[in-house]
Amino acid sequence: MPWDLDNDRPIYLQLMERIRQDIVAGVYKPGDKLPSVRDLALDAAVNPNTMQKALSELERDGLVYSKRTSGRYITEDETMLNQLKAELAMQHIRQFLETMKQLGFKKEEILSLIQEALKEEP
Amino acid sequence: MNPIILECKGLSKRYGNTQCAVDNLSLSLERGQIVGLLGPNGSGKSTLIKLINGLLTPTAGTVLIDGMLPGVETKSIISYLPEQTYLSPSMKVKDAISYFTDFYKDFRPDRALKMLKDLDIDINARFKILSKGAKEKVQLILVMSRDAMLYLLDEPIGGVDPAAREYILRTILMNYSENATILLSTHLIQDIENVLDRVIFLQNGRAVLNATVDEIRMEQKKSVDILFREVYRC
Repeated sequence: MPWDLDNDRPIYLQLMERIRQDIVAGVYKPGDKLPSVRDLALDAAVNPNTMQKALSELERDGLVYSKRTSGRYITEDETMLNQLKAELAMQHIRQFLETMKQLGFKKEEILSLIQEALKEEP
Repeated sequence: MNPIILECKGLSKRYGNTQCAVDNLSLSLERGQIVGLLGPNGSGKSTLIKLINGLLTPTAGTVLIDGMLPGVETKSIISYLPEQTYLSPSMKVKDAISYFTDFYKDFRPDRALKMLKDLDIDINARFKILSKGAKEKVQLILVMSRDAMLYLLDEPIGGVDPAAREYILRTILMNYSENATILLSTHLIQDIENVLDRVIFLQNGRAVLNATVDEIRMEQKKSVDILFREVYRC
């Protein structure tokens, strides 16, 4: 199944986001070997060079590292992984707050709505 | 190895006394890319492809493939998928395989057979009984089963349904090597945008845009497909 990508943003950025998300969601565990560029490109149905670029950027950020001949691995740096998780969470929260603001809710109202929603969660 | 696989310098083609089909076109393509040649009908896509593979001779300018003028040597490194079928209806699929094996040193019959099997295409079937989509798939499989340096695909996804289109794109992605370049013409941009490195927009035989897909998205904040519709609005 090709990855779900937006039409109006650079593809490599979206590939980076997707891989980051997969790392946080535990699709890839710390120290796991990533599939080859070609396999990832086939899976996403994108150009291998674009996938290569996304992986190089993730490598520059330190999230993945490569061993010279055997491929790319997910970092085992727990601090970095926790930081990434927190960053993604903040991104979602900011998006949510933006939407709520547009709907006309005040901070206190948003907070109490969240608390109510959390109570309903099993 | 010469990093430039294709170079056009001031390339023009005029049919009789008409307007130029390709008009003073200069461009160069590096190895290891998938390049979309985009443009409306009559913009010069097929003419350019035929100039590159030596089926047409230029009215002016030159085209070099791996530094060579089109000829016997360049034909051995170019794999060409024409817009129209050239396989005889009475021919069997397996005959086409043996033709290709005889004609091209770089043809890999095992690769072709595997893909045909994946698609449940009977190699004993004659082309006349195959559906249009199946025929197009067989031709693409033949073309992509060569280890060529330059693949010229003229409208490879034009006549097939979306599921087959996906298979064809996978076939292209799976078979192309890092040193090879694929130049494919199409007007179905949306379907192939994600597999392209770069796009060239042709208009009246001239290249009006030559940029990578992500450059376009970064600068224009829109997809190549939307940009195409704007550039070529009727």
